[in-house]
Amino acid sequence: MDYYNLLTTCAFIHLLVSIPYAYSNYVENKAGQFFSSGHTNNWAVLVCTSRFWFNYRHVANTLSVYRSVKRLGIPDSHIVLMLADDMACNYRNPKPATVFSHKNMELNVYGDDVEVDYRGYEVTVENFLRVLTGRLPPSTPRSKRLLSDDRSNILIYLTGHGGNGFLKFQDSEEISNMELADAFEQMWQKRRYNELLFIIDTCQGASMYERFYSPNLMALASSQVGEDSLSHQPDLAIGVHLMDKYTFYLLEFLEEVHPASQANMNDLFKVCPQSQCVSTPGHRTDLFQRNPGSVLITDFFGSVLLHDMKQLVADVSSQKPKQKDWHPPDGFILGLWTLILLVFFQTYGIKHLKHIF
Amino acid sequence: MAALQLEKQRGRYAALAIAAVVIVVGIPLWWKTTETYRAWLPFSEISELDSLQVHALRPSSRQNHVCDSIGSAMIYNRVFDKADLSLHMLSESSCGSVVVYVIPESSTLLPEDVKVYVGQRRTALLRSPPFKTSWNLKEVLSNLDVEVEQVVSTMSFGHQDIVAALSNRVRMTKVTKESMADSMRAIKSSPGYEITFSLLNPDPKSHSLHWDIEGAVQSYIQPLLNKLAPIANFSVDSQILYYAVLGVNPRFDNSVSAYTLSADSLSHVINPVEARLGSNAASSNPVLNFLLYVPDAHHSPLFIRDHSKRKVPSNAFHSPRWGGIMVYNVNEMYGPEAERPVDININMAKVMGVFLAQLRLMLGVQHTHPPTGFVLQSPGSAGLADWELDRLLWSRSVENIATASTTITSLAQLLDQIGNIVINDNIAQQVSSAVTSLQSAVAELEAGNLAFALQYSREAILASERAFFDPSLLHLLYFPDDQKFAIYIPLFLPMCVPIVLSLLKIVSEAKKRRADKQAKSD
Repeated sequence: MDYYNLLTTCAFIHLLVSIPYAYSNYVENKAGQFFSSGHTNNWAVLVCTSRFWFNYRHVANTLSVYRSVKRLGIPDSHIVLMLADDMACNYRNPKPATVFSHKNMELNVYGDDVEVDYRGYEVTVENFLRVLTGRLPPSTPRSKRLLSDDRSNILIYLTGHGGNGFLKFQDSEEISNMELADAFEQMWQKRRYNELLFIIDTCQGASMYERFYSPNLMALASSQVGEDSLSHQPDLAIGVHLMDKYTFYLLEFLEEVHPASQANMNDLFKVCPQSQCVSTPGHRTDLFQRNPGSVLITDFFGSVLLHDMKQLVADVSSQKPKQKDWHPPDGFILGLWTLILLVFFQTYGIKHLKHIF
Repeated sequence: MAALQLEKQRGRYAALAIAAVVIVVGIPLWWKTTETYRAWLPFSEISELDSLQVHALRPSSRQNHVCDSIGSAMIYNRVFDKADLSLHMLSESSCGSVVVYVIPESSTLLPEDVKVYVGQRRTALLRSPPFKTSWNLKEVLSNLDVEVEQVVSTMSFGHQDIVAALSNRVRMTKVTKESMADSMRAIKSSPGYEITFSLLNPDPKSHSLHWDIEGAVQSYIQPLLNKLAPIANFSVDSQILYYAVLGVNPRFDNSVSAYTLSADSLSHVINPVEARLGSNAASSNPVLNFLLYVPDAHHSPLFIRDHSKRKVPSNAFHSPRWGGIMVYNVNEMYGPEAERPVDININMAKVMGVFLAQLRLMLGVQHTHPPTGFVLQSPGSAGLADWELDRLLWSRSVENIATASTTITSLAQLLDQIGNIVINDNIAQQVSSAVTSLQSAVAELEAGNLAFALQYSREAILASERAFFDPSLLHLLYFPDDQKFAIYIPLFLPMCVPIVLSLLKIVSEAKKRRADKQAKSD
């Protein structure tokens, strides 16, 4: 006869829709097992969006970030590398099977251990969004999927040609900053990331992270709205520019980082000041829970499994002031067409109207 | 003049007819043909899911009267496990229930210092606390309730377990280090898991290793996986990797004349190996890797030190949600004069003991800290006691329900927000089946039927994931307003301008005629 106490456990299951819950956790050093950031694995999505030989530098950018990320420990199974064109085996490459980052051909970032997941024409806006949101057809192999969970830190690196609010893919289509922000929101809804670092090296790159609204996002860009990101130096033997300035200095910075290094995000923000880069790099940390000074580089670029823990401080840093850009008022096109029609009728005479009825 | 008038009249009628056709037929036709197909979704029920209350009922019973007869029979044997087995046979306890047998205080069935004996299945023996003969039944029972409550809370789920299961949905206010560590260590609920056992042999010239992995898996791991079958599908595979070195150079420690890996360096051990581990390309299930590393002859023996510089007895460590590594030293098995490569058979019992413990932790079986006076029977061949399994099932059901409801509500919100995503019929069907499964799971949970609740929650989560991740739900096309104008205006404006102007002309002529008539009549 069951007359025992009913233990009713009421659990309110709320929908946490972009509520950045600021909580502070204190974890002692002695426990020494888990991250202060709360992540257990790392993923990286590295995308080069431009094709053609003269965009060699974008492929070199992506490959140098790939190289750093692999060196610091993220395995290929956790990296989704998307290259829109093949530079190493391009007919115009005087040194086949190599992609160099420096004009004296010091560093071959292609190497012999590159695993490209999306190549050539597979790099499209649709595939990129599918990888981010996880809406891939069931036949997609594991290496082409982003199988992150709620304890994954993801690094997303985009490079190519961009403008104010968009990034050009394959010279034929573009992704807008609103689509990107929506994709990140869908990732957050499904808890596909713990924290996300977004780096973009294009012209007017800061416009791409203006519209983000999901929590736990940190963003870096190589230039502000209205500025162009410049390339670093050409190589006379290869005949094209090899790297972009921002990623060149980023690579230089990352080469100094080793898996046990304690370099943090504040150092990353200082990479490539205006004196070196000509453009002004920007960053955005207001959606991020932790203080950037306590975020290690290896939290995103490396894959460190066990770690000593530090004290967490929930902080909200302010965003760099946004440059106001002038947009034509809505309905501008409507007015333009009306103007055209009026001019037509004026030149050819209003008398033509009577032929209509 | 009259002909002209007639012509004008006909013209006017033509203009009006065209305008009528455009407005009555054209606009609805254009609206219908540019509409996206959106199948009906049960939005009202989904919004109810938003604030869902789950009441979990834990059935338990207390048997008083049977004890005297059992006590006398078992005094002969004084063997607990047999007693437990016969008690289990007495009352068929359903999945999720806990049966507590109360035995008299003076009974000698349990030793002196043991207050509670928790069996391998769902029963427990509780020695009743001392009570005065003057107490009536109610007082006795209430006194007993406290003790029974303690037993039941140890064996079954509590508030902490539920909060941990919901850790990524519900704000964790009182986060203890233990519960945060537990929530990060246990792998998330998934329809299937892949378990990979890898033997790393960095020195094939010196050691020729043999391990009977198939037999070991059959005898040690498979019983646990069979018992956990209601939760998920498991697939097990194994591999041997040669010339696989760890990422860290171990340091020689003179005090123990052995090589050691300190706790700090453990972070970087896995990285170079992980690149070579591989996984099944066809499935997207999470992978749990278990590595057995036999150090090379020059770096033997190799010991792992924890943070307080003590040797870890099992010589193994695990990484949350990833897997475990065990270092197996073989230097004692052969002398320096042995012919290289030395044939070595690995003692799978020892290895599997460690891996089994790690596997349990990683699949979410919480480690119980029993209060004083409690004795827990060892789980036996299955590696998992029934009540531990029940506890896992409770937390998995709640986690599944939470995940499924969040998925469905966020999907509904997404589809509501973005007007031009096409919703196919199969998505609508998945969503409806997910909602009905969720409601059934909650109902079963309230009724206390754990097995059915878990099954429904699994169905709910499968359907909701399938609906959310359907490849057709891609909102690719974001049109800002001025682009929409730019597309439609060249098509429609040239057509609309003559119609509108002709209508205006008709109206102005009618007004003029009325004014003339007015003037004439004046």
